[in-house]
Amino acid sequence: MRSREIRDMNPFMEGHPPHRILVVIPAYREERTIGGLVRSLRERYPHDVLVVNDGSPDGTSAAAREAGAIVLDLPCNLGIGGAVQTGFLYARDRGYDIVVRIDGDGQHEVEDIPKVLEPILGGRADAVIGSRFLGETAYRGSIPRIFGIQHFRWLVNLFTGYRVTDPTSGFFAIDRRLIAFYSDHYPSDYPEVDSYILMHRLGARALEVPVRMYDRAEGKSSITAFRAVYYMVKVTLSFLINRIRRFG
Amino acid sequence: MNRVTLFSICASAGFLLYILEMVRRRKLREEYSILWLFGSALILVLSLKQDWLVVLAHAVGIVYPPSFLFLVGILFILLILIHFSIAISKLHQMNKKMAQEIALMKSNLPGKEKEPPKSSY
Repeated sequence: MRSREIRDMNPFMEGHPPHRILVVIPAYREERTIGGLVRSLRERYPHDVLVVNDGSPDGTSAAAREAGAIVLDLPCNLGIGGAVQTGFLYARDRGYDIVVRIDGDGQHEVEDIPKVLEPILGGRADAVIGSRFLGETAYRGSIPRIFGIQHFRWLVNLFTGYRVTDPTSGFFAIDRRLIAFYSDHYPSDYPEVDSYILMHRLGARALEVPVRMYDRAEGKSSITAFRAVYYMVKVTLSFLINRIRRFG
Repeated sequence: MNRVTLFSICASAGFLLYILEMVRRRKLREEYSILWLFGSALILVLSLKQDWLVVLAHAVGIVYPPSFLFLVGILFILLILIHFSIAISKLHQMNKKMAQEIALMKSNLPGKEKEPPKSSY
């Protein structure tokens, strides 16, 4: 199961096989921002970049391919969780060691990627989640959103024991074991809070690190005011049910 | 035999035959027809043997037998709707898996698009 000896070795040590790292970006109607994002990732890092195009009708797929990403085109819109899970399946099948998942809309800071990778490379964590609430932040949330986040913090802490500041963060890195587990058990929509239950089930060591998050450069957040209440109820329910669910 | 008895026998028998015909023509899968067949057979039996309805209603403490019939009808409809929700959830899951599989397979097709960039570690 866990190959601690290998993982805990210094990844930069000579003779150690380098980690294969895949950056997964779910994208729906992001044709304006995706190209620039992929280019800046490929300029800065040696990692492979995978864009999962979640059935966008626009030029998202072509723009990502143009910029040098591996692109998976879903034939229909599956929702963010289904799209990200496709990335996990790809990573699992191709034997990647670490997946970094970031948003395609410029909300996450590309330069923060080493921060979410470092604890996994150093063998100190199995999952690292970027938090917009640790350290200095440019993030300004509305009052209902802050209330929702507080609710989920409390829920996650109560049922898993993880102390989290940013339970809805979509900026994270996970190791092989979680890649394989998420490939089978990732929720279709609003997966972030639920994933704490999955991590808890695996006994994964989760760690938050401070990252910068910006307001969306383009388009609208997938969580509009209209959906906020549905979001709260759905996530709470699915979180509680996952807590008492058996995972085969 | 009064008019309402005749009507309910005709209606439930017609319904039963309709379901059987749909299954025969493969417009309705057997597994989804079971509940419908069971339901229409039940109504047919209760139309033919109305005193059974009275006995059953009194057995569960319902004084007015037709309201027992409504209760059974509503429970039956609920059961069928839950059955559908489960079937839809199953289809949803299968559809998701298939879409993911298609996306992964498309990326493996030779010549369709340029090779994914090689890992540059």
